Amino acid sequence: MRFRVWLLTLVVVLANVGGNAILGYAMKQAPATVGVIGSILQPVAMLGIVVLIAWMLLRMRLLGLADLSFVVPVTAIGYVLSALAGVFLLHEHVPLRGWIGTVIIMAGATLTGLTEHADKPRATPAHSGKDRPQ
Amino acid sequence: MKWLYLSGIVGGTVCSDLLQSHGMRQGNGRAWKLPLAVFFMAISFFSFTQLLRIAPLSFAVPASAASIAFDTVLARVVLKEKVEFRRWAGAILVAGGVILLAQ
Repeated sequence: MRFRVWLLTLVVVLANVGGNAILGYAMKQAPATVGVIGSILQPVAMLGIVVLIAWMLLRMRLLGLADLSFVVPVTAIGYVLSALAGVFLLHEHVPLRGWIGTVIIMAGATLTGLTEHADKPRATPAHSGKDRPQ
Repeated sequence: MKWLYLSGIVGGTVCSDLLQSHGMRQGNGRAWKLPLAVFFMAISFFSFTQLLRIAPLSFAVPASAASIAFDTVLARVVLKEKVEFRRWAGAILVAGGVILLAQ
């Protein structure tokens, strides 16, 4: 179960970063005259949306296997990787303060990932956390 | 306008996360919670696409992580999840780093 959860977490993160980068590229290419719908109907934007839909479905599955308070902070590494994608793929500039923030995010994500019992299967669905076996 | 789109992203994400997590746990709740979660996800997504038009990816994505702080608090308060100190500390660090990154 533990390996399965971590593997799914990795796939979720990669799908998130890839989808964001593709969509970010596409939205920057959209003409200013194009509306909301027109901007997301571009072929490249549609590709990004397909990847992000896959991310959404996989993340829903992950939420069925692990606590929300585990999934959200651990997959937060995707925020950092998306910022890196912005720098290296979209040629954006991130100031020094931004890189310090990146290190703090990675530390927080690592700390959260070290939490015990974070990816244990849940107890009976209707039960609350206080009576969940630890 | 940038902050309006960001509010749409954060609010939509938090509502969607809570509904997804609660809906996936309770089989009889999926009928309405998951579709409603998708609705809030759509609000978040459309806000995100429009924010990407006027702001860099390296701002838009990290800034949207402001939802983590709300998610962690509401996971404890609403979903009654057991959130250990290390997870609180990790979530706070992530949120603080994201705020720095977004500035």
